[in-house]
Amino acid sequence: MLEVRGLHLWRGERHLLQGLGFTVASGEALQLLWPNGTGKTSLLRCIAGLLHADSGDILWQGRPAGADPAAFHAALAYLAHEPALKGDLTALENLRFSLGLRVRAGEAALRAALEAAGVGQLDPQQPVRSFSAGQQKRVALARLSLWGARLWLLDEPAANLDAAGQAVLAEFLSRHLAAGGLALVATHQGVQLPGMPLRHWRTPREAA
Amino acid sequence: MNAPLQVGAFAAARSVLVRDLLLAFRRPGEWTQPLAFFVIVVLLFPLALDPEPALLRTLAPAALWVGLLLASMLALDFLFREDGRDGTLEQFALSGQPFSVLLLAKTVTHWLLTGLPLAIVGPLVALAFGAPAAAIPGVLAALLLGSVGLSLVGAIGAGLTLGLRRGGALLSLLLLPLLIPTLIFGARATQLAMLGESAAVPLYLLGALAVLALTLAPLAAAAAVRISLE
Repeated sequence: MLEVRGLHLWRGERHLLQGLGFTVASGEALQLLWPNGTGKTSLLRCIAGLLHADSGDILWQGRPAGADPAAFHAALAYLAHEPALKGDLTALENLRFSLGLRVRAGEAALRAALEAAGVGQLDPQQPVRSFSAGQQKRVALARLSLWGARLWLLDEPAANLDAAGQAVLAEFLSRHLAAGGLALVATHQGVQLPGMPLRHWRTPREAA
Repeated sequence: MNAPLQVGAFAAARSVLVRDLLLAFRRPGEWTQPLAFFVIVVLLFPLALDPEPALLRTLAPAALWVGLLLASMLALDFLFREDGRDGTLEQFALSGQPFSVLLLAKTVTHWLLTGLPLAIVGPLVALAFGAPAAAIPGVLAALLLGSVGLSLVGAIGAGLTLGLRRGGALLSLLLLPLLIPTLIFGARATQLAMLGESAAVPLYLLGALAVLALTLAPLAAAAAVRISLE
């Protein structure tokens, strides 16, 4: 379970997060539909530990996430705005090297994930640079699905995705939640997950 | 599903190293640029000066080391820049692996691609300045040890200036004071080697500086990059 209590964050003169608190349970997703510039990305970065909150607690499985950052990070996958792919490498090489930091996965699993993300049919020699933004996002989704992380922090995962791409995202997310995973999704589009425990949170002031 | 890491820090670092080498292989322009800069700058000295052999030999250590220092600065600017921009460094920081080890792997790759070629080409350039062939091992040893220190200390500066749009000038200002000892001992070792005397003392000192940098610089670079990522 992820629990956030009394989170305050200032960015320059702006008091972005004002005592924010919520919990996300196993198998549940919380969707942040806040307007632009209200701190969605900052909240995700705070939880990931990339940004230091001014005060407040972030608890993972009942313990402060900062107490054992390595264990917390091993359980976490952060999909940022930038897909963190190398343009000069192929999709498969990108997956191989990013997974090389965390998990052992065979080539077959990598190919299957690319297939599931809808980019398996592309020329395997093609560098990711020549992919469209949506196709790059799909490669990033394939990587996300392979990490085996318990907690997903997704920043605008549906950006640049067409209808089929959004279906892939919904499919990956549903499978993740069904397996007991948690997700925090910052988005404008709003991901549709029929039948899944998905809560919406429309402004930072509203209670989650 | 609460997957613990299945990969050790060493294997993760190796994965970073192989990836960076592959990327460099695909875009050779990036790492051949400092090498070309070094050769051009250093070889301009004999052209601009009197072609007096004694004068050139006196000047060679200074020209080599100033050239090495400037070429390293040029190379350091792209040590972390691209990985910072495309989100790769964030993924490193969140991988659960020791951040300093991953950044050390990047620094080692960077040294293999820029420091090592500079150190190998350096003695050849010294020959153009009239260095005797017997001086080559000493000059090579000095440049190897010196370039290791430059890359490692440089990683701290590259980390600190990562978030800046035009970090190049600031990077030089930050780093040059830290690199002065390497410059002094390196130039001295080169000078002694070219005179046919024992360069052991400055070489030991260069080695000590490189070991000190190897111990402290990865931790400092990791802290610097974390600050820049905020």
